[in-house]
Amino acid sequence: MKIIAVCGMGIGTSVLLKMNAEKVLRQLGIEATVDATSVAIARESRDAQIILTTPDLVDQLQGLPSEVVAIEHFFDLEEITEKLSASLL
Amino acid sequence: MSNYPALAAAFAEHSIRVGAIALDREHAIEMAGELLVASGRSTPEYTDSMIEAVEANGPYIVIAPGIALAHGRPSEAVLEIGLSLVTLAEPVAFGNEANDPVRLVIGLCATDHESHIDIMAELATFLGEADSVNSLLNAVDSDQIRLLFK
Repeated sequence: MKIIAVCGMGIGTSVLLKMNAEKVLRQLGIEATVDATSVAIARESRDAQIILTTPDLVDQLQGLPSEVVAIEHFFDLEEITEKLSASLL
Repeated sequence: MSNYPALAAAFAEHSIRVGAIALDREHAIEMAGELLVASGRSTPEYTDSMIEAVEANGPYIVIAPGIALAHGRPSEAVLEIGLSLVTLAEPVAFGNEANDPVRLVIGLCATDHESHIDIMAELATFLGEADSVNSLLNAVDSDQIRLLFK
């Protein structure tokens, strides 16, 4: 399974999101790759099952085949666990 | 042996400022950018790009309650990978509904999309620890902040 973590440029926020999403996926026992990327590249992407991003960027990621999951607090592993579980389990 | 060797190295001398007074979001980001310049990691053009980024993409850079991660794109304005940190004496609204107001601005400059991954992994672990943010905010000088990375 492929998940992408998205922010404006793909070097800061999305990388932190990727790190914490990977931790959560390991705990859930789910095998997935998480790539950090920019909004522009994510909009061209068609192969991700889930797009993780921040509430601000959700509107820019509509109309893609991926489910968009917004995370508010990037270091709250419980929030990430809850939202990923709801989508994946 | 440091717990956070990559963070300790990323925060060069003169990259940390404690108890700064920011007038608004732009000013707060500007200070984080100036510290990257003062510590030899980027040029003033990079600071401009940090401000342009938040104007273009919105306040998503407030990644957790009270914490903003300000950065621009990898470019020639980046001399070396680096981090900077500003704690604010008074919180500043960035326009992020969930996580405002901001008390801590972390500046980041990276030379490409890959080589700062170790630093970001340590940053995620460090900021994920329950006491980290309060310890940063309660620090009275940059030496106290550096001790947190030991």
